[in-house]
Amino acid sequence: MANLIEIKGVTHAYRTKAGPLPVLDNLNVAVPEGEFAAVVGPSGCGKSTLTRLVAGLMKPDAGEVWLHGERVTSPRKTVGMAFQNPVMLEWRTILENVILPLEIVAPRMAQKDRVDRAMHLLEMVGLKGFEAKRPSQLSGGMRQRASLCRAIVHKPDVLIMDEPFGALDAFTREDLWQTMRDLRAAEPFTCVLITHDLRESVYLGDQVFVLSGRPARTQMVLDVDLPADRTLDILFEPKAQEMLHTLRDQIRIAQGRDGGAH
Amino acid sequence: METAQKIAVPLLAIALFLLAWEGLVWVNNWPNYKMASPSDLPPAFWKFRWLFLEMGWQTLWRTVLGLGLAVLFGTLIGMVMGFSRIARDGLYPLLVGFNAIPKATLVPVIALIFIGQHDFNTVLMAFLISFFPIAVSVGIGLSTLEPEYRDILRSLGASRFTIFRKIALPKTLPEFFGALKVSVTLAFIGTNLVEIVSPHGRGLGALFKSGETNGDYPLMFAVLIALAVLGIVLYYAVLVLERIFAGWAERPQS
Repeated sequence: MANLIEIKGVTHAYRTKAGPLPVLDNLNVAVPEGEFAAVVGPSGCGKSTLTRLVAGLMKPDAGEVWLHGERVTSPRKTVGMAFQNPVMLEWRTILENVILPLEIVAPRMAQKDRVDRAMHLLEMVGLKGFEAKRPSQLSGGMRQRASLCRAIVHKPDVLIMDEPFGALDAFTREDLWQTMRDLRAAEPFTCVLITHDLRESVYLGDQVFVLSGRPARTQMVLDVDLPADRTLDILFEPKAQEMLHTLRDQIRIAQGRDGGAH
Repeated sequence: METAQKIAVPLLAIALFLLAWEGLVWVNNWPNYKMASPSDLPPAFWKFRWLFLEMGWQTLWRTVLGLGLAVLFGTLIGMVMGFSRIARDGLYPLLVGFNAIPKATLVPVIALIFIGQHDFNTVLMAFLISFFPIAVSVGIGLSTLEPEYRDILRSLGASRFTIFRKIALPKTLPEFFGALKVSVTLAFIGTNLVEIVSPHGRGLGALFKSGETNGDYPLMFAVLIALAVLGIVLYYAVLVLERIFAGWAERPQS
């Protein structure tokens, strides 16, 4: 299968008062079409920079980002984004929030079709009946569900998520993992998920990319060799436990805390 | 019940205030050339009823026009400051300095530059005194827009203008209306400042002035009350607009 996302030798540094701050160093990531790539790494290692590069929101100093066999130099309509902050527009209802990308991407789409599409998604994530509410009337988990709907309402090829479940409590987070899997089963998309949660990366990912400490390069790629229809219980099985262990060790190395690494 | 309370409580407060005022004058046995009492006011209003309507209208339209200009110009300056750091750094000290100048000192300056242009001068002052809060609030609202808000549209290839129209503008509305509530009162002060200080015989300010010249104290107090009423009307007009355009910012009470 062809790689839908390809990040080749990307190097990037931010200009700061104290001089250039390198965040990515010859980073390589390849995600085949329809696959789910989870990216983990120590705090501040440049993971969010990665999402902005794939979304075309910024250009790397060196290296290339390819999407669908085309080099990314500017934003494109075939990308959906979700952040840790659900970024709901408070002046719009939940339904109007979900419709927002369609207003940009498909300006000629009939309003009825937009509403149908958004309602379909809202129903899938369990928000039926809440479409007319304001974001402030919903819980954090519900807002994040709506945010997911908005990220995929225009059927993007690529969904980029930057710690979307990071601010939620543990149980709500697990509920949303389940929702995420349901959404992917219903409408396939290629996904890049930035996360700090190793269990999340194993449960949702097909591959887990471990980034090194800043400046980040690809330290390790773990193939998540678990059945496609996973339940949360699978995380307690030896195979998953072993993967989590491996990842934990890799993170420790990335943090520079592996004995003798200095 | 609740709406009745909402109307009754302020009315009761006003009645108590008038009563206290009347009592104060009565207890001290002040003549009305020292301090008019509320009971002196209805005759004064009635005697000059047509003048009050005419002058009130003069003051009202000048204030609203000045405020309208302040909204246009203030929003524009705010946008420039919100989107460009350089513009913000450059304009801020200028604006703060200008705002610090007591506007009363500008009345003779303006009156000399645009001599005889009384309507223009008054509108200009209402505008000058009231655009600052709007410019600052719009500027701050735009410059503190979280990057994620921009990114959700920018990642779809939306233009800067679309991002402004769909995200930045509506998101700044609560701050804008907060500033407008301050500005509406300021504009009103600006109008009256010119009407009182730069005599031209028009507006409630001029009516106040003529009360002073003729020693008609009840008229002067009646003008003050008329000004207060106009101020309340303007303020609540802004409040209604806020409900319509930025009502979403109000948290549902529970």
